[in-house]
Amino acid sequence: MATHRRIDVSKTGDVSVVTFTDPKILDEAVIQELGGELFGLVEVDNRKAILLDFTGVEFLSSAALGKLITFDRKLKTAKGRLKFCGLVPGILEVFQVTKLNKVFDIRAERAEALAAFS
Amino acid sequence: MADNDQAEVWKRSLTLPSARGSSRLVTDDLLEKLGHYGWPPDDIFAIHLAAEEALVNAVVHGNKLDPEKTVHVECLVSPELMRIEVTDQGEGFDPKRVPDCTLADRLESPGGRGVMLMRSFMTRIEYNAKGNSVLLEKRRDPPPEA
Repeated sequence: MATHRRIDVSKTGDVSVVTFTDPKILDEAVIQELGGELFGLVEVDNRKAILLDFTGVEFLSSAALGKLITFDRKLKTAKGRLKFCGLVPGILEVFQVTKLNKVFDIRAERAEALAAFS
Repeated sequence: MADNDQAEVWKRSLTLPSARGSSRLVTDDLLEKLGHYGWPPDDIFAIHLAAEEALVNAVVHGNKLDPEKTVHVECLVSPELMRIEVTDQGEGFDPKRVPDCTLADRLESPGGRGVMLMRSFMTRIEYNAKGNSVLLEKRRDPPPEA
């Protein structure tokens, strides 16, 4: 199992629940590292059902959006499923402005998101 | 300290190196001043986002991380208005030619959202003719009571 610095990963049933260690995801080096750790969940660990829980994340730059899109593509290619939850209103607005709320399945609470996998 | 905490308008002019992470030399003070003037959290989030996008664009896309080039920043914060002007030493670009990343065929493209986010979150955004300088303004709404 890989060690992570930018994310924490736990299991709830078949779903891998990912939380973030950085409240502000904007530094380029952090985003690169974060992307590598997320991609590893699919490419190394072969996880198929992944929930990104953004609780505790206060800020996200557009560079981070790019990593999330690439991550979603990798997971779709592997026939996996991705959902988001716990977005603060500002970050949710970022997804709405960019219409990425149509690309990602965004739920309000973790319980609702986990139920949506079944 | 060059700043006067009692002043109604805080101004700052500085020159940044073209290095990753240099945006914090601006945003740390900017966010602190917005809090000082009692701007609401939603507006502070919007300004942080737009300023970060403008500064990263200048350093990475404008100056292409060239250590010989710098980014000039002019900031102003008052209880009602935030203005930041970011100028790089690159060749500039035409913001009208940035493709619309919300179109179906570009929706899953990893890049190109910074300009759209700045437009959406700011009251006013203007580029100079060369396209190497952007002016961002956010007007507080509703204005504080006189």
